[in-house]
Amino acid sequence: MCNNPLLKDPYQQLDDYIDSIPYKKENLILILHRAQEIFGYLPDKVQWHIAQKLDLPSAKIYGVVSFYSFFTMKPRGKHVANVCMGTACFVRGSEKLQKEVESQLGIKTGQTTEDQLFSLDSVRCIGACGLAPVMTVDGKVHGRLETTADIKQALAKYRPEGTPEEAKGSNSNI
Amino acid sequence: MDIQLTINDISLTVPAGMSILDAARTINIDIPTLCYLNLHEMRLNNHIASCRVCVVEVEGRRNLAPACSTPVFDGMVVKTDTQRAILGRRTMVELLLSDHPKSCLTCPKNLDCDLQALAADLGVRNITYEGEESEFSIDKSSLAIIRDPNKCIRCRRCETMCNDVQTVGVYSAVGRGFETVVKTAFDLPLHDTSCTFCGQCVAVCPTGALMELDQVDKVWKALNDPTRYVIVETAPAVRVALGEGFGLEPGTIVTGKMVAALRRLGFDRVFDTEFGADVTIMEEATELIHRIEHGGRLPILTSCCPAWVKFFEHQFPDLLDIPSTCKSPHQMLGVLSKSYYAETYGIDPQKITVVSIMPCIAKKYEAARPELGQDPVTPDVDIVITTRELSRMIREAGIHFDLLKEEDFDHPLGESTGAAVVFGTTGGVIEAALRTAYEWLTGKPLENVEFEPLRGMDGIKEAVIPIGERDFRIAVTHGLGNARTILEKIQSGESHYDAIEIMACPGGCIGGGGQPYHHGNLEILEARANAIYQEDRSKPLRKSHENPAVLKLYQDYIGEPYGEKAHQLLHTSFTKRPKI
Repeated sequence: MCNNPLLKDPYQQLDDYIDSIPYKKENLILILHRAQEIFGYLPDKVQWHIAQKLDLPSAKIYGVVSFYSFFTMKPRGKHVANVCMGTACFVRGSEKLQKEVESQLGIKTGQTTEDQLFSLDSVRCIGACGLAPVMTVDGKVHGRLETTADIKQALAKYRPEGTPEEAKGSNSNI
Repeated sequence: MDIQLTINDISLTVPAGMSILDAARTINIDIPTLCYLNLHEMRLNNHIASCRVCVVEVEGRRNLAPACSTPVFDGMVVKTDTQRAILGRRTMVELLLSDHPKSCLTCPKNLDCDLQALAADLGVRNITYEGEESEFSIDKSSLAIIRDPNKCIRCRRCETMCNDVQTVGVYSAVGRGFETVVKTAFDLPLHDTSCTFCGQCVAVCPTGALMELDQVDKVWKALNDPTRYVIVETAPAVRVALGEGFGLEPGTIVTGKMVAALRRLGFDRVFDTEFGADVTIMEEATELIHRIEHGGRLPILTSCCPAWVKFFEHQFPDLLDIPSTCKSPHQMLGVLSKSYYAETYGIDPQKITVVSIMPCIAKKYEAARPELGQDPVTPDVDIVITTRELSRMIREAGIHFDLLKEEDFDHPLGESTGAAVVFGTTGGVIEAALRTAYEWLTGKPLENVEFEPLRGMDGIKEAVIPIGERDFRIAVTHGLGNARTILEKIQSGESHYDAIEIMACPGGCIGGGGQPYHHGNLEILEARANAIYQEDRSKPLRKSHENPAVLKLYQDYIGEPYGEKAHQLLHTSFTKRPKI
């Protein structure tokens, strides 16, 4: 048996985790967090696997996963962008920011780009109101995103070098 | 500890912890409810307070309180009939209706819908709230249950029934906020889940969100096709419930009127599923004795209930060898109609349509199981309709049911004994089997045919019945949660029984998913059970092996019970299925 977690079958990793904790059914959310860490998302197959392992109805697992916005049933992009829709960002135009990010990435909030590079979501307040409107990418805060160029610049940092989108945008306000 | 409170200026003393709703009921004050459902005997208590229809005023409390889930306290002052409370309730119903299809006239639940009744009772005259309406696709995948989530009011009674009582767990509330709706795992079509099609979700759904697959028009089509020879058969539990659809008291026995109505509808032969039940006992009692004499695996489990069969196929696939291999009585009657009866009377079996009238929704699914037929184009039973659907057909035909003169079933597949009648309620199948097994094993007549310890509404009943030298350990359960408890004890080796009867629906077939709606009143089920036992007592023959028509069937056609021909026609096999 190989002990290197990198080489271990992801289902085996998940089972090992479940086996290691007491009160399994009671810790469903904890287990789902771990599963999302391992698989990147929670497809039906993974949810079903957890249902069998915990002897819980699959519908119950699905109900929990669908309730919490942190859990995702679709594969996520390499980078996850979150536009803040909290009150301060909202009054500073985060709705426009969201639309512009959606247009630059060519997806709607909640979706993932075809090249699997970006997923876009929205969050409530992240406590960076002084920098409003803000967007986080992989947890890093990008503030005062007021022009299309600001947004292009912020996103370009996550694109592989030399891709066309890296070109400078205009300085027009969004 | 008791506490004192006043409701509408009436002072009363009730136990602490009681809800306002229950306290009000003790002094005959009715507070309207919708999502709330407490079926104590079934251990179903849905008091999630999601609909807010039962709101009342509580002195000192800022907002209105849901009566179903607010406990009383000492000195509490409650008003259930103030303008604020009444308008509050009306507003709640209006809000529910704002996201509900306004298609009551064409809804299959028309005139049987709790939401519709509330709108009428609470004086809803227009819906002032306009806004987004849910748009879900209708799930028509299964052969038994239709799900229309657009009509779901998120009361979650179905979920409570499926999870807590039946322990099948097919449903869950999915999503959040306005998007929330009760769905299956991964939004799979119901057909692809572990659903047993017991139909108890349909029995408790207050609206038309969960309905049986309507097959009435298929029956009309067959009846109007002159090339078809249409045979109908009726289950025991139908005759003690059908009258409710015509305003008769629950528990009224309408066997003769039902037969007359079926003849008026145009069926060529009116047979009785009870004949099939007597044949089932011939087979099952022989199978039990065979297992005892040949060291076969015990306990033997009854297999008459198709929802129970599907339950163990999904949930206990390692126990597939213990249920009896007998087909269910209506399947036996179907196959005998198309073989024995057809051959005896010179009718082409390909021209026979068998229609079963059942208290059950799962029978629709069962009849379509591919192994339950002689070949793919000759299923044992062609169409299954529920008690509710038959009641509608009788109204569609303009028959005055209560004025009909009583008539008898047709020969020979309409002959039955009291043992077959009791199949319709919990404990009945095993009681019928014991009446026969006793006499076969001891060679002595059984004087008292009524096995009291096996009767009644307790979820799990156990008894030791001495037969000759041997003590038979018997268990009877109804409700799939109780069945699970028993099966787990068998798996772990904790319990040892010789025979177990299992029925999926609480109360047995009298409480089937296809029966007239009980709307939360379980006294109706007791009245039906009493009627079943009354019908049994009224029969001159009360043991299946004394049914002369059944004996003739074996003599002329089948040969030995549990023999080769019997296996070919009357027995079946089970399939391992995944748990989803």
